[in-house]
Amino acid sequence: MIVTEKKPQHEVLESLRDYQKVFVIGCGSCATASKTGGEEECKEWIEELKNSGKEPAGYIVPEETCHILLLKSQIRQAQSASDADAFLVLACGAGVQAVSEATGKPVVAGLNSMFLGTTYRAGEFLKYCSMCGNCVLSYTAGICPVTRCPKGLVNGPCGGMINGMCEVDNTMKCVWVEIYERLKSQNKQYRLASITPARSYKSIRNLKIEPRKLSRKAL
Amino acid sequence: MSKLREAIQHKKFVITAELSPRKGTIVTNFIKMVHALKGKVDAINITDNQRAVMRMSSLVASYLVLREGAEPVFQLTCRDRNRIALQSDLLGAATLGIKNVLALTGDHPSAGDFPEAKPVFDLDATTLLQTIKKLNSGVDLNDHPLKGSTDFFAGAALTPQTQPLDPVLLSMERKIKAGAEFFQTQPVFDIGAFELFMTKIASFKAPIIPGVLLLHSAEQALNLNDHVPGIKIPEVMIQRLKNASDPRLEGIEIAVELIKSLREISSGVHIMTVGQEKDIPVILERI
Repeated sequence: MIVTEKKPQHEVLESLRDYQKVFVIGCGSCATASKTGGEEECKEWIEELKNSGKEPAGYIVPEETCHILLLKSQIRQAQSASDADAFLVLACGAGVQAVSEATGKPVVAGLNSMFLGTTYRAGEFLKYCSMCGNCVLSYTAGICPVTRCPKGLVNGPCGGMINGMCEVDNTMKCVWVEIYERLKSQNKQYRLASITPARSYKSIRNLKIEPRKLSRKAL
Repeated sequence: MSKLREAIQHKKFVITAELSPRKGTIVTNFIKMVHALKGKVDAINITDNQRAVMRMSSLVASYLVLREGAEPVFQLTCRDRNRIALQSDLLGAATLGIKNVLALTGDHPSAGDFPEAKPVFDLDATTLLQTIKKLNSGVDLNDHPLKGSTDFFAGAALTPQTQPLDPVLLSMERKIKAGAEFFQTQPVFDIGAFELFMTKIASFKAPIIPGVLLLHSAEQALNLNDHVPGIKIPEVMIQRLKNASDPRLEGIEIAVELIKSLREISSGVHIMTVGQEKDIPVILERI
């Protein structure tokens, strides 16, 4: 899921300065699980808008705010949305852009998108994947060094590993030591004697087509 | 051909010393240091913005060493340059006549004076070594032919006092496969532990030049133990510095003792200091 954090309230209010009637859109998926854009948080913003002298036009919590066509129909059903001056979106960046595209109206982002999270338990998220488009997990014991090593090294550990910990944060275990230990438990540590060639960044940088698009015609 | 390569191939006990480029454009003292070391060491390593603290380019400072008639080891990290810039600097270094490169991953910017800088790490020490090997063979990393190849003697770094050691040894094996022809290590303080380390890597048959770091006070030693990766100064040495009437001289004494012990077990020594470069010639006179 996409882990989000609430933006500071003053920053959101500053972005809303030019708008009087504000419609709030949360998200029933990731932002609800993140406790940043569910029913509760939408209601909190309705109160805050009132306290700030604005007119809250209502709120909805779509099942998936990042689904443009679904979103369009839900916004159409919410009549009070049509005369809003702006939409305050409590969803990730994909959701905010979907609202902008679905409505063509001004949007204000209420959240910061942090990372693709692996959930440890409810409310506890780990940044394990950075969606780099060039997965190395089959070679690294299912532990991603591109995401979890601060240098993103594919041939680790570096000289900054001290007693198994990382030079960048000595409370954090070196991810290459974790990879080594997991491979060793599988009796496959010899794999680390092979060089991983320089990674290609072609798939994630210098794109000819922005934004990236993926179509699955069969669905 | 690299004089350092020649010395190592002839099984000479090589001595290298580390100099840091200045933060600024005045190089008078730097040049003075080069002259103080010239003829007394086999090569002078020039650090590349070490600990991620911004200084003058290691390529330019390496050239200054060469211009003054000494042999530089151009240290090159992957922290600040992508593969285009790395290869470009390597071609430039070769053209200037620089023969030795120490290929390093580099400290993370968070350690230095520009913690907000974007870390590059497009390559790492291993893939940089592979790149140097290719440039030496007349092609670039993507196999495009070069008009004139490089002739580098490429080395890599090693942290012999780190635990767990097995991932470090695997990393060393990769670096050798990638083209590392010699290793310079992080400072060694425990000769017994280093000897054990040398027996573990004996099968690699790689020339190892262990680091000897000049200490100048007990406070400095404690500070290094706390803040520098891979450094572990034993309590007895800290006590010696603490009890000495002149800790600077005691530090020199410790360095001389370490070098004498290392003569028996390694291919050379690499002398490092923290801002005490002027004492390197004093050490050299005593060994």
